[in-house]
Order: sequence, then structure tokens, then C-alpha cells
Amino acid sequence: MSEQLLFAAEVTLNGLMAGVLYALVALGFVLIFKASGIFNYAQGVMALFAALTLVGIQQGQVPFSHLINAIFGTNIHHFPWQVPSIIAIILAAGVMVGFAWLVERYILKHLVGQPDIILFMATIGLAYFMEGFGDIMWGSEIKTLDVGLPSGLNETIDTVTYNWFGYGFFIDNLDIVAAVIAALLVAALTIFSQYSKQGRALRAVADDHSAALSVGISLRFIWVLVWSIAGFVALVAGIMWGAKSGVQFSLSLIALKALPVLMLGGFTSIPGAIIGGLIIGVGEQLFEFAIGPLIGGATQNWFAYVLALVFLIFRPQGLFGEKIIERV
Amino acid sequence: MFYREAGDFKTSYRDDNQTFPIRLDRAGYWVAIAVAFGIVPFFVNDYWVNAIFAPFFIYAIAALGLNILTGYAGQVSLGTGGFMAVGAYAVYKLMVAFPEINIIFHVLMAGGITAVVGVLFGLPSLRIKGFYLAVATLASQFFLIWLFNKVPWFYNYSASGQINAPERSVFGIIVTGPNTEAWAKYLICLVFLVGVAWMARNLTRGMTGRKWMGIRDMDIAAEIIGVNPLMAKMTAFAVSSFFVGVAGALFFAVYLGAAEAGESFGISKSFLILFMIIIGGLGSIFGSFAGAAFMVLMPVFLKNVLVGGMGWPTDLAAHFEFMIVGGLIVFFLIVEPHGLAQLWRLTKEKLRLWPFPH
Repeated sequence: MSEQLLFAAEVTLNGLMAGVLYALVALGFVLIFKASGIFNYAQGVMALFAALTLVGIQQGQVPFSHLINAIFGTNIHHFPWQVPSIIAIILAAGVMVGFAWLVERYILKHLVGQPDIILFMATIGLAYFMEGFGDIMWGSEIKTLDVGLPSGLNETIDTVTYNWFGYGFFIDNLDIVAAVIAALLVAALTIFSQYSKQGRALRAVADDHSAALSVGISLRFIWVLVWSIAGFVALVAGIMWGAKSGVQFSLSLIALKALPVLMLGGFTSIPGAIIGGLIIGVGEQLFEFAIGPLIGGATQNWFAYVLALVFLIFRPQGLFGEKIIERV
Repeated sequence: MFYREAGDFKTSYRDDNQTFPIRLDRAGYWVAIAVAFGIVPFFVNDYWVNAIFAPFFIYAIAALGLNILTGYAGQVSLGTGGFMAVGAYAVYKLMVAFPEINIIFHVLMAGGITAVVGVLFGLPSLRIKGFYLAVATLASQFFLIWLFNKVPWFYNYSASGQINAPERSVFGIIVTGPNTEAWAKYLICLVFLVGVAWMARNLTRGMTGRKWMGIRDMDIAAEIIGVNPLMAKMTAFAVSSFFVGVAGALFFAVYLGAAEAGESFGISKSFLILFMIIIGGLGSIFGSFAGAAFMVLMPVFLKNVLVGGMGWPTDLAAHFEFMIVGGLIVFFLIVEPHGLAQLWRLTKEKLRLWPFPH
């Protein structure tokens, strides 16, 4: 095989891995959209917030230390302890559950029955609120997240491919871990929604709100549940992205990329989110590789959106979305 | 007591159809115009113009534009920043290429160019609706900013990648460039704002506006009663982009003086203007003004109180501002989804009865 082709293959593989991460964020969107019809713009900021919380707990930061210092003139930063990764992850997941409860209690409950677009805008407001809140709580400097995941070049793949093709593929260990974890997460979610009582209730709500209510399913509990799950998915996505590029504000911008992924896959389909993520990941890497140099590079900024836009013109509900039926 | 139509008899259709049917409203409008044109320009200084008046006027124009598209025609757009960038770069290229033509025409032409771009990006709205469209407009935002950063022709091959407004004047008064007097900046923005608001008001209360609102409320039903969705959506995109383009042109040429696409017209600008119309009130001209004023004044106010009054560090105050903006948006959507404009409407209804309860 020629050098170019091998290189393109490597780019494709790396694109697939990036796509997995997009898919992880998109998964959170789909879960909430299916269960409550809310297009949750704040999902990306939730990932950022979850990662910030995780780092904060792990390193024993004092929450709101900047605020406390500014008001009382003290100078505190850290508790004298460090928390092991696994406990920190559990605590951060707990924080996300608490957050889900607060969102249901103080926002969603009051917005039942409003038009979808109002709910969408409310989640934009929520995203802004959380962005400021996260920064005030944990500080806005770039943090490194290390929960003990392997990272760096995968030696085995490098050697094996070198022996096969005479060209070593560069694939990050972290990406492989991310792919495995994403697969496990999807499998777990599928099992949960197919075989557990709450999972069945969740699917019932997704199918028809009022019918679910009439057989005695508590909508509010389901909403808290689904926002908690989305919070947990956000935490996983936050860990992956954070370990890759540090916990910082741009994390929430990466999450914007999940939007074209969703459009491509369809808002209501979990497989759609995964496949959409992979298509976007591979597509933007290949486009940058093949066409980027001709038109100035940095095409990743817009390629995903334009691809989704062009695609939607031909299939407005996305790849796997439910057919949009409008009644007058 | 004063605010009512009792005793104010309308004797012709013209009177009946006027913009402000209540006498006090009409008077208030003329007084506001007179104060804005006749009194304020003599007292403004650089700080007031740069911190409050110029951004307020320019954002009000952009908010009017977005309100036409989102509030009246129901097409949610997250690409406002990109379209403002089109206006800014268009006016820059025109100012440099045709220095002998009056800048007023350049700004209007920049608006026209933005309208064409807006219609192009608006075409998918015929197939794509709701959230899908909102996300699709992100494509225009990211693509346009990338284009202005990567194609050197747009910034005339300047080394920094920035565009700088050359000095231009209207009737011998310098209105762009570093030597502009504060009152000249104030007046040129005000003139455009009044013109745009007048256009918006009259478009929205006529047939065009009713078609937009029909499309917003239910596009299929509107189509059945004879509204052409293609024309309605495209005019909404064109008019809205024209306003946004004018705002972008003024933002660059008069207010900033120098701009870089990603920094001045990024995605945060799109959201800022969206927030203005949510807080101000979707589908309301007054709401666009109120929202713009609110979003311009609040950071100034917070900065004065938190940084100046309480001695907080600036970055902390900035984060606090994010929290307040986000919290307020959620609060408004829960308590009053129609924004400040609805509060104003309710106040007026109450005033019509006051002080008699019936």
C-alpha cells in the first residue's frame, strides 16, 4: 500500500476515536430529548462542570474559595487532603445527581407544557449559569485531570502495523480506553432500559407522556432519573475530554460539536448518536487531511455543521430519527 | 388618569391605524426623540458613548433584526454573530474600495450584502425546522468566521489579520476612525437606529408582518390560507440579515474601529443578541430596545458595584455576571416568557384604569 493511503487510514482511525468522544456527549443529549422532549443545550457545560467538580474533589480544593477570599479577605485554597480517584468519581457522580434534582425542582417543573423552543432557551440560560457557577466554585484556570487512565502512543499497535505495512500507526491509548468505555456505557444503558423496571418506565415516558402518567409512572422521578443519567454520561465524557486536553472552557465548545452529530444521527436515536459521532469524527479528519491544505486549513471548525446542514436538506429527520409528522 | 383613550376621538381611518393610538404614548415618543436628538448630544462624553450609548444603539439594531427572524417569523437563529461579521467586512471592503462615496451608503450596502448572504443561509429553513434549524444556523456562524479568518482578500492582506476602519466623514463631520468626536458617534448610531426601528415597526404591523407571524404560529396552516412560505421565510431572513448587517457595519466602523472576526463576532455574540430578545420579549419592537438596554447596562452596573464598590477581582465579577445572565434568562422564561415587553404591556393596562378600579 502506498504511503498516502496508509496515512489516510491512520487519519480515519483517529477520526473514529475522536468520533467516539463526540458520540459520548451526543448520547447525553439523546437521553434527555427522548425522555422529556427537551433539547438540552447545557449538556456540554454539564460535562465541563462534572470534570471541574471531579478535579476539585480529587485535589481537595475548597469550593467557592475565590468568592470567600474576595468577601472575607481570607486566603484559603485547598483542604489538606487529596481524594483517591475512584471516590472522587463517585462523589462527582453524586453531585451530578443532586444537580439533576435541582434542575427538575427549580426549572423543569415550572416549564411543563411550554413550547419546546422556550425549554431550549431555558437550557441555554442554564448553560450560562453553570458556566459562571463552575468557574466561581472551582476557579477558571486550566486544570489537568488524571484519574489513572493510560495515555500516549500505543506500542503494540505501532509495532504490529509496522511489521504488516512498514508504517506504524499512531493511536493514543486514551482513545482506545475511551472507545471501550463508550461501548460499555452504551451496553449498560441498553440493558438498563430493556430489563430494569425504571428503564421500562423511562421508555414508556419517551413513548407517550400522558399514557405513561395514566398508568402511574411518576414523570418527575423519571426526569430526575434521566437528568442524573445524562449527568453521569456527561461526567464520563468530561473525564475523557479532560484527560485528553485538560479541563478548561473550550470543553463546552467541543460539546457544541455534538449538535451536528445529533442532527446527522437523528435526535431520538441512541445508535444514531454513535454512528453520527463516528461519521462526523472521520469526516472532519479526512476532509481536513484531503481538502484542508488547499483552502487554508482549520476546517474542523465548520465542517461538521456544514455536513449536517447539507445532509438535513435531503433527510430532515436525520439518519435514524423518527419521521417528522406534522398535523394542523 | 392621563393614560387612556377616553376623550381622544379618532375621526379618520388614518387616526385609527396610527402606531401610538394613545395620546400620552404619542407625546412620550416625540419627547424621547427630541431629547435623544436635541439634548443628549450636547452632554455626552467619551465614556457614556463608548460604554453605554453606542453599544446600546448598535445592539438594539441587531436585536430588532433577530427579533424579526425569531420573534416574528419563528425561525431560531444562532448565526447572528456571523452575519454581523458579514456586515463589518462588507463595509470595510466598500470603505476602502470607494472612499469617495458617503459612508451612509456603504453601511446600507453592507446591509444589502448581508441580506443576500442571509437569504442563502436561510434557504435550508424551507426543509429544516425548529431545533434542527437552530443548529443548522450554527453552520453559518462557524463557516463565515472561518472564511473571514482564512481568506486574506477580506482583510486586505493586513499582517495582523485585523481590519481597521479608515477615517470617513458625513457632511464634513468625522464619524469613523480614531478622531471621531463622541457626539458624532452617538448621532450616527442614533440615526440608523431610528430609521431601522421605523422600518421594523411598519413592516411588522403590515401584511408582511402578518405573514411572518402566520408562519411562526403554524407554517402549514399559514400555507393553506394562502401565505407563500418561501416568500415569507426569505423576506424574514433578508430583512433580518439587513438589520444585523447594518449593526455589524456600525459595530466595526463606528464603535470598535478595529475588528478581528473570531474575537468580535464569535458565537458568544450570537447568544448575547438572542438573550436580548428573550429578556426583552420575542415578537416586540419595544422588547428589542428593552433587552438591548438591559444587556448593555447590566455588565456596566455589575462591574461598578462588584469591582468598584466591593473590590472583587474582575474575573470573579465576570463569572458572576455569567451566573446572573443565565439565572435571569431562566427566571424570565419561567415567570414571564414574553419578557420585559409583556411587563410593560401589563403596566400600561394597569395605568389605563388607575386610579379608578373599574
